[in-house]
Amino acid sequence: MIEISNLHKSYKTGSNYLHVLKGIDFSVKEGELVAIMGSSGSGKSTLLNILGMLDEADEGSYVLDGVPIKNLNEKIAAKYRNKFLGFIFQSFNLISYKNAMDNVALPLYYQKVGRRERDERAMHYLEKVGLADWADHLPNQLSGGQKQRVAIARALASDPKVLLADEPTGALDTKTSYEVMDLIQGINEEGRTILVVTHEPDIAQMTKRIVNLKDGRIIDDTLVDQVKALSHV
Amino acid sequence: MFNRDRWNEIIQALTANKLRTFLTAFGVFWGILILVLLLALTNGLRTGVTMEFANQATNTMFMWGQSTSMPYKGLNKGRRVQFKIADVGVLKEKMPQLKYVSPRLQLGGYNGSNNVTRQEKTGAFQVYGDYPEFINQRYMDILKGRWLNYSDIQKEMKNAVIGTDVVKQLYDIGEEPIGTYIQIQGVNFKVVGVFENPNTQGNNEEEANTIFIPFSSFARAFNSGDNVGWMAITAYDEYSITDIKPAVFAIMREQRTVHPDDQRAIGNFDLAERLAKLTGLFSVLSLVGYVVGALVLLSGGIGISNIMLIVVKERTNEIGVRRALGATPWTIKKQILQESLVLTIISGLAGIAVAAGVIWLMNYLLDQSGPVENFANPTVNIVVIGIALVILIIAGLLAGFIPASRATQMKPVDALRTE
Ligand SMILES: Nc1ncnc2c1ncn2[C@@H]1O[C@H](COP(=O)(O)OP(=O)(O)O)[C@@H](O)[C@H]1O
Ligand SMILES: [Mg+2]
Repeated sequence: MIEISNLHKSYKTGSNYLHVLKGIDFSVKEGELVAIMGSSGSGKSTLLNILGMLDEADEGSYVLDGVPIKNLNEKIAAKYRNKFLGFIFQSFNLISYKNAMDNVALPLYYQKVGRRERDERAMHYLEKVGLADWADHLPNQLSGGQKQRVAIARALASDPKVLLADEPTGALDTKTSYEVMDLIQGINEEGRTILVVTHEPDIAQMTKRIVNLKDGRIIDDTLVDQVKALSHV
Repeated sequence: MFNRDRWNEIIQALTANKLRTFLTAFGVFWGILILVLLLALTNGLRTGVTMEFANQATNTMFMWGQSTSMPYKGLNKGRRVQFKIADVGVLKEKMPQLKYVSPRLQLGGYNGSNNVTRQEKTGAFQVYGDYPEFINQRYMDILKGRWLNYSDIQKEMKNAVIGTDVVKQLYDIGEEPIGTYIQIQGVNFKVVGVFENPNTQGNNEEEANTIFIPFSSFARAFNSGDNVGWMAITAYDEYSITDIKPAVFAIMREQRTVHPDDQRAIGNFDLAERLAKLTGLFSVLSLVGYVVGALVLLSGGIGISNIMLIVVKERTNEIGVRRALGATPWTIKKQILQESLVLTIISGLAGIAVAAGVIWLMNYLLDQSGPVENFANPTVNIVVIGIALVILIIAGLLAGFIPASRATQMKPVDALRTE
């Protein structure tokens, strides 16, 4: 599903360069649930953003579902993001003046799906995350956990190949975190490929594979015995 | 271009911060309001003033004798210059460019003492001795009977054409004035016509308070001999009265034995010159209206542009999110442009609507209060509103252009990182 090799990325800060990713080789098969771990500043988000086509690598190759991702113009990148990827952010990133259903429907809007079908599908995913009754609530009328579930519904709405989650539980308390992870595990059980960036070991334990980043390199990549989030709730 | 989904998007975005949307809209609202109102007021002034000129031949001047300021041929200075009836023929002969030369005489005056009686009723009116041509210089609507003719002049008929206000004062309602007699300073005149001034404004009372009698009858009845009070002189349209009047004055100086360089002996009021000045003034006023309105509108547009920039800045994160969800840069740009356009056009239309309301109210009040001098029927024609709308659309697009291109300058990742 995801194939990257020799990925490099550096940021220019003032007059010197900060080499963040120093040659990452890494692949993810369909249906995997992978945690990307590492201390703060180790380049986890940078890697995820490149995988999400929100940012570009300086060097190296990236193939997503058989499609080489290289030198895309913004228009095509937008289309690929819409078709292939679903994003889940630490700070939810819901649009504040749109209700839950309109937020979930937004990727479909950009696919030019008609309003009726859009609303139906948005409703379906809201049901899936258990928030059907909250469809017409604005984000600020929802709790953190509810917001993240709306965001997950939104990420699923366009039926993407891969979900990319950057610290999805970073802003949530432990109990809510586990509920969100339970949801993510459920979605993974249905066969969807998911990458979760986290620095919390207990969250990482709930995935099936942990990739450890340090100083821009993968220092460890191991399969784990998945802990079911439900057992903690 | 605007389907329902997009409308919803735009309306959601604009109503997300209602106060700011309102304040932003206000600048453009003001601009277009001021533009439309200034143009309407200018139009009102123009209509009002040109109406004053509309009931007279404008290529006209009035000319009268004053006192000489130089001695000449043994005559002292300070002598009164008196025009004579013979001067009229000389002027017409020597100056074929002149269309009408009407000698005039006047008796009594507006607000003067009572000079006209009919049975028990009396009134103070202006009484003029005139030639038939005068109606071609000062237009009148003859409501009943007829205007003066040359037969009246030749036979020195004691006939009179009276204004509607004279009728009101001297006759009972429903009484027929034609064929009746009125006494002007004790002399009987037969009423042969009733006139009204077309589209007069403000001082129409003065006009309707007037009685016209034949020039010759006037001279005979009130012993003015061959004197002429003053002359109303109109040139043919091909000639400007302003250009040819020095020649007229020269002839008159010669006729009246006035020093050729004596500029003060003959007075005049040049209607054509006055109208030309006013026309120029109105062109300037219109221009001022356009410039001021356009400037206010421009500042309104800059206001929208600025606010849209702030909106784009504030929504950097949102734009990042939208791009992560699959919005292309053009989709984002289009949305910003549309928001700016909708904001501009709606506030502009509100401005036009309010201006139209104010203009309507002005017209209503003018109708209620009766005519106001030099001001009538302020309107803005549809062309001006069309131009204003085009300006608005352009302003809206320009206002949105910079913010829109700013919106997608950032990489999505940087946009998302911004809080
Ligand atoms: N746009 C940027 N410009 C400069 N430095 C950046 C930028 N983005 C990230 N960095 C730096 O790159 C490093 C890695 O960042 P990041 O990938 O966000 O780490 P993590 O998500 O693992 O905490 C950090 O030192 C961070 O300060
Ligand atoms: Mg991070």
